[in-house]
Amino acid sequence: MKREGEVRIPSGCAISGIFSKNKKLFSGESAITSIKVMHDRSNGLGGGFAGYGIYPEYENYFALHILYDDRVAKKDCEEYLEEHFDVINLSKIPTRKIPSIKDEPLIWRYFVEPLHARLLDSQLDEKEYTARCVIKVNSNIKGACIISSGKNMGVFKAMGYPEDVGEFYRLEDYKGYCWTAHGRYPTNTPGWWGGAHPFSLLDFSVVHNGEISSYDANRRFMEMFGYKCTLQTDTEVITYMIDYLHRKQKLPLKTVAHILAAPLWSTIDRMEESKKKEITFLRKNFSSALITGPFSILVGFEGGLMALNDRLKLRSLIVGTKDDMVYIGSEESSIRILEKDFDSITYPKGGVPYIVTLKETQQ
Amino acid sequence: MKVDYFQSEYEIIRDFNKCIDCGLCITQCANGAHKRSKEGKLYTEDSLCVNCHRCVAVCPVKAIKIKKNDYSFKDNNSWKKEDITNIFRQAESGGVLLSSMGTPKDYPIYWDKMLINASQVTNPSIDPLREPMETRTFLGKKNSTIEFDENGDIKLEEKPFIELSTPIMFSAMSYGSISLNAHKALAGAAKDLGILYNCGEGGLHKSLYHYGENTIIQVASGRFGVHSDYLEAGSAIEIKMGQGAKPGIGGHLTGTKINKDISKTRMIPEGFDAISPAPHHDIYSIEDLKQLVYILKEATDYKKPIIVKVAAVHNISSIVSGIARCGADIIAIDGFRGGTGAAPLRIRDNVGLPIELALASCDTRLREEGIRDSVSLVVGGSIRNSADVVKAIALGADAVYIGTSALIALGCHLCRSCHLGKCNWGIATQRADLVKRLNPKEGRTRLNNLVSAWTFEIKEMMGGMGINSIEALRGNRLMLRGIGLTEKELEVLGIKIAGE
Amino acid sequence: MKSINAENLSYKELNSIIRQSNDSKFCLTGVMGQRFIGCALKNKEVEISGIPGNALGACLNGGSTIIVNNNCQDATGDTMNEGTIIVHGNCGDTAGYSMRGGKIFIKESAGYRMGLHMKAYNERQPLMIIGDRAGSFLGEYLAGGTIIVLGLRQEGNCPVGNFCGTGMYGGRIFLRSNSLPKDISPHIEATVANEEELNSIKAYIQEFSSIFGFESEEILKDNFYVLTASKSTSYKKKYIAV
Repeated sequence: MKREGEVRIPSGCAISGIFSKNKKLFSGESAITSIKVMHDRSNGLGGGFAGYGIYPEYENYFALHILYDDRVAKKDCEEYLEEHFDVINLSKIPTRKIPSIKDEPLIWRYFVEPLHARLLDSQLDEKEYTARCVIKVNSNIKGACIISSGKNMGVFKAMGYPEDVGEFYRLEDYKGYCWTAHGRYPTNTPGWWGGAHPFSLLDFSVVHNGEISSYDANRRFMEMFGYKCTLQTDTEVITYMIDYLHRKQKLPLKTVAHILAAPLWSTIDRMEESKKKEITFLRKNFSSALITGPFSILVGFEGGLMALNDRLKLRSLIVGTKDDMVYIGSEESSIRILEKDFDSITYPKGGVPYIVTLKETQQ
Repeated sequence: MKVDYFQSEYEIIRDFNKCIDCGLCITQCANGAHKRSKEGKLYTEDSLCVNCHRCVAVCPVKAIKIKKNDYSFKDNNSWKKEDITNIFRQAESGGVLLSSMGTPKDYPIYWDKMLINASQVTNPSIDPLREPMETRTFLGKKNSTIEFDENGDIKLEEKPFIELSTPIMFSAMSYGSISLNAHKALAGAAKDLGILYNCGEGGLHKSLYHYGENTIIQVASGRFGVHSDYLEAGSAIEIKMGQGAKPGIGGHLTGTKINKDISKTRMIPEGFDAISPAPHHDIYSIEDLKQLVYILKEATDYKKPIIVKVAAVHNISSIVSGIARCGADIIAIDGFRGGTGAAPLRIRDNVGLPIELALASCDTRLREEGIRDSVSLVVGGSIRNSADVVKAIALGADAVYIGTSALIALGCHLCRSCHLGKCNWGIATQRADLVKRLNPKEGRTRLNNLVSAWTFEIKEMMGGMGINSIEALRGNRLMLRGIGLTEKELEVLGIKIAGE
Repeated sequence: MKSINAENLSYKELNSIIRQSNDSKFCLTGVMGQRFIGCALKNKEVEISGIPGNALGACLNGGSTIIVNNNCQDATGDTMNEGTIIVHGNCGDTAGYSMRGGKIFIKESAGYRMGLHMKAYNERQPLMIIGDRAGSFLGEYLAGGTIIVLGLRQEGNCPVGNFCGTGMYGGRIFLRSNSLPKDISPHIEATVANEEELNSIKAYIQEFSSIFGFESEEILKDNFYVLTASKSTSYKKKYIAV
């Protein structure tokens, strides 16, 4: 049977996210509690989490979380890393044995920074350099999969129900200011951990509910710019598009949202002139980045979190705030379980992004 | 003693029980196939019949049937009837065989070997009648990087573009190869539908200048009628480098067809031959094309998108890649099954490539080089129905050109006799008595009907796939599967086999 | 009255208790996301404190009432036949999908695609009333029944999103508002509700008001629009046989 990445496996899911505007650090347990309530949206074939602010002692280094099928893959990958990076620290990611999580690969973590001389030679900035190396490893080194590559953040994912995955990775031991969680319902047994969500590149991590009909148009657009869709998942291509539009084209996230979930022409035609001109220009110019089909996504990034629905809001999403905490989930119960009373409850409209950032980064 | 090598291809069968002797068939057949004898009896000269069905269509009692003359040579799979009779023709005349419209030969049609997806369970399908479904299409260059001004706002640097309500345009058919009434119908329909028509290389008739917003003007090798008003008249300018039906060959409109009106429009004397040379004689290499593109951009102050039209030939993807780097905003690729007013038979039937393969390889190549967004791709060459359009867009096209389909909508019966200039439907002729048979108003309505119906069918297919904006279908090859194709064909098309 | 603490119960366990029990009134506390509560309920009443999960009261039957003391999630009242669902808060998306009878009363706001393909048949006349706002695609494909959006906190502004009533071919949508949505389809007839039409919904609004403590007289004083399927422009496609 073909493995995920060799064939496209559609799936439905559950997502949730928790964010502290004051950069208060809290353990991954809340994320587990939240996603557990939505148990019925998954089918046990994938679960995962992303945590931000979890490695303060190594906050200036890229934290690479890597899954290896076997020792050979580990050796090949480490050789590549040695050639391109200064490896400050490496270790196995601590896990606990639980009956529901089986067939685990080798799971390792490396804190690295680009080798100075090589970085200069490449004439790239460290983010582009690292991104290219990650894509190289994932497409060329057999059996190795870098599942996250951001600074002071990490992705933890596996085959299994998300609450079990959280327990497996001992997420109660990590403290971060932002956690996102995902439970997967794929229509096939991928049998491979790399296929679970979140998908991450540098500090972007995306958890996603829905299936997009524009996938191949989006993928063939991204592959023009050096991104390789090795997993063939919707989440992967969405992450690449966000990285391309925000990091490379330097468009603010709000604008990125207006490109990915561009309003319908009938709505644009009714806008006031200057807004109409801008949105028309963006939609025309980035027409291949338009996503059609139902989706709701949570995008984590350094210092912030964005929630976005497709423009017809075919998937559910709710946001609740209490003091400096922001809770987002596919179902209200997933956020109510964490907080009895909210200061405000918002149901983000189709195509309208909900973005929250750390107070310290706001001007 | 006269030895007749040629027998009529067709037999006109008249049911004398039904025939009321109204004589309409005689007046309506410009080829003179229906006659009345000195005694007043109706008879037919079958050798003159081209099977255009005009008489069949107008006979009030449906008394006429055109049958294929079933006289045959001895069975021979190596030498078919047409192979033998073509040699007879050339032995007799010493001439180059000439024909019209697209090749009728039995080459594989790849559109018919691709199947379209539909959403089930994992993704909802959409009903276009009641839910929003967008076919608005823009053609032109995209900006590869976004720039910001001092306030941090996006600089809306607009490159010239074409806006279409649906991804279909009428392809180039010159005034000369078709009648003015046909042009009027095409121009009017383009305006009603919110799309564009291409006036072809015969220049733009004065009476059609007011349709300029919906006109693509063509600059071909003959540069007929290419003066400043002409360049300013249209919404876009197309440089014709080649045509799918006759790659590598120019065009020839004989002096007999250059009447007063055509002479005025093409800016050549009456009765003079109008020759379009094979190449543009100022373009012998790719960098010369870049020069012409910029001549036109300068001449129109960079306000109009420049289209370069090429025939699909071997190595088309390299050619298209080169053109994309030439400054062209849009590239139109014409497949070998495209139509023509007149072309040498052997060229039409043996030269060029099917548009499906050409499109797939060009789209792939442009993406591999990272320059797909520097041009829009428009394809043509016998797009026969809305499913062909959907498949073309899924393979990577931004829009399609339709020529033959448009003419059929106007009444063409594909008799492939355009080169005779006696089109009984008033389309491929300049004879005033024949041209007046094509009512431009009615033709306009028929074209509107055709494109509207196709647009709705396209929306239904899109909705079935769960796509509600056409840009999400462009290049979305996972929406196609191949059936009855070899592995290599699947590879060139970039699609999987049905079942995978 | 049977009290059930749903805190550690799965939806299967919870719903089974309700179904098997001989009691006809239930009071649930600690509900947090359990789905299908009250699914196909017959002649029973369930009051819920907490957040019920998706598909609350799906396929609801006669003699049944479900009361939620907070918000509810998606697919509430999906394919319901009869009975009443009362929500003292907001409602998620797609409530009352294919509803063919009964009532859904939402005190505050509702999400997208409310009352999709609601249908009426003889005495079965479904009713949905939303107190404040409703999201886009309200009453999509409406075939029968009545949907009323009161916009109680909208101060006269239009209380619905885009594509209201798209595809409707029966039934009525009432909007308490001073203006219509800007994108009403040409297949919909939208007029200011006349006295007869208002009288036909008076009792509904009174019932709604008494449940949630509103003043029905005040509500009925304001301008109402009524949307119905246009008789002149039907959705017939142009087909031509081959």
